[in-house]
Amino acid sequence: MAAETVDHSPLPLGRQIQHILVKLGFRPRTAVIFVPYFWLTLFFLVPFFFVLKISFAQTIIAQPPYTPLFGPDSVPTHELLDNFRRLFQDTIYFDAYLTSLQLAAISTVICLLIGYPMAYGIARCAPSTRSLLLMAIILPFWTSFLIRVYAWMGILNTNGVLNNFLLWLGVIDAPLNLLYTPLAMYIGVVYSYLPFMILPLYANLEKMDVSLLEAAADLGCRPIKAFFVITVPLSFPGIVAGSMLVFIPAVGEYVIPELLGGPNALMIGRVVWNEFAQNRDWPMASVVAIAVLALLVVPIMFFQYYQNKSQERAA
Amino acid sequence: MSNRLSWFIILMLVVGFIFLYGPMVSVVIYSFNDNKLATLWGGFSTRWYPALLANDQMLRAAKHSLIIGVVSATFATTFGTIAGYVLARYRKFRGRTLFSGMVTAPLVMPEVITGLSLLLLFVAMKDLFGWPNRGLMTVILAHITFTLSYVTIVMQSRFTTLDISLEEAALDLGARPLKVFMVITLPIVAPAIISGWLLSFTISLDDLVITSYTNGPGSTTLPQVIFSAVRLGVNPSINALATIIIAVVAFGVVTSHILMTRAERRRQRDIQMALQSNK
Repeated sequence: MAAETVDHSPLPLGRQIQHILVKLGFRPRTAVIFVPYFWLTLFFLVPFFFVLKISFAQTIIAQPPYTPLFGPDSVPTHELLDNFRRLFQDTIYFDAYLTSLQLAAISTVICLLIGYPMAYGIARCAPSTRSLLLMAIILPFWTSFLIRVYAWMGILNTNGVLNNFLLWLGVIDAPLNLLYTPLAMYIGVVYSYLPFMILPLYANLEKMDVSLLEAAADLGCRPIKAFFVITVPLSFPGIVAGSMLVFIPAVGEYVIPELLGGPNALMIGRVVWNEFAQNRDWPMASVVAIAVLALLVVPIMFFQYYQNKSQERAA
Repeated sequence: MSNRLSWFIILMLVVGFIFLYGPMVSVVIYSFNDNKLATLWGGFSTRWYPALLANDQMLRAAKHSLIIGVVSATFATTFGTIAGYVLARYRKFRGRTLFSGMVTAPLVMPEVITGLSLLLLFVAMKDLFGWPNRGLMTVILAHITFTLSYVTIVMQSRFTTLDISLEEAALDLGARPLKVFMVITLPIVAPAIISGWLLSFTISLDDLVITSYTNGPGSTTLPQVIFSAVRLGVNPSINALATIIIAVVAFGVVTSHILMTRAERRRQRDIQMALQSNK
């Protein structure tokens, strides 16, 4: 084919190479897709296989602290599922699981209960107020997560802002023990993740066709009923997106239990870190991580399904 | 439906915004507290601010964080723009489902899992190839990977809403695809690219968990320093640092909001004028 092109007209070398590459199946489009595809495969997908492999390894005192990944020594000499059996035998893991799930689920519901009316209110405001309020929701998102969690330490402290205020009001006689309690963790999670709930809900409610509600009103439907029969079902994709954006990261939350939950708050994200950093038991950390992942696969797929659907609709 | 919002919605908005902003306001107020026990008010003072500048450890950490933020945001924006373009324009190619999955999954993946898996990859790579050593390099690689998703989502929605007829017109007039992309597409989506960069920069600057997994001893970042200080309790110099961060973010967000509102108003006016001159 090269001879053919030379025969007709002396194409510049660049074009010739391009022709050859295209004939071989390397179209520019393929090259464009390749770069991010390769990156994500190498740094997002492949690492999970290492986690999986190491979860079967054994802890040894070495650098890195587990039996080799490859080579003749890499075949487990002990029972293959030892690490996984520990996951079910030691109640610490199971308890941490349950507390994490409970914290994430209840916080998601609270976020939805606070976030829905807020998103609804913003979406129904006059356009100028709307963009101002939206900015006010986004601003905390740009502010450091760590700083915002830390702010609650000053408020919930035994002699912190809230206790001083309540004492001054005369509601309580002695300072309440708020920091390092489960309550503090719930406040922290709801506070940190609330914008993640509001933004997808707002995006959904803003696009809603208000004439549907007018039609319902004309036909004699009360506003409250119209809200539950029309608005809520139509905003379902927003509810799913917001809830998943809160629930999934909250299950693995590490910073909030560490700062607000106190030493006894056993959360699964913390267990992974402790196994890794304190016990230097990397195989066990991998096992716990895989168990978390197995738990979250369904919600993550659910989230992606709705994400794709809404992107497709936008196109 | 009446346009007036019910009292319940207004009440929820007021309470919600107090809930969102109260803690930040309290940190700002207490950063001017003279008392060393940061929770008891001991008079007004700005003494914690100069103390920050004298804190070598914190300044070094801030430098590391800025380097990591700038480098990883730049790469993440480049890759994310490409990925967003691919997802918006190429409706069908082999492995599209996997690709879009790998883009959206890091958004919700708990950080402890992403961090651990990346660390294990780096350790295995070090074993096999003798590279990379844990430090700035590994943190940057990790940050590119997880901020890439945010940029991709921003760019994907920008490219989907882009009016394709502009590019088609340029193609009809004989411009080559690469030139069309550079001269037409890129300038139009530039604002989205800038906000994508800022988004990944901020997320990188703020990350603690993934950094803690992938970082080595010599390159501690600002969140790591803040975290090890605050887990011991409330700390006046952290209050001052937090106030600076909040002030910078608030300034940036409000300024960009004003600029965007103005640009939008100008655009509306231009459209109006164009319509009138056509009559």
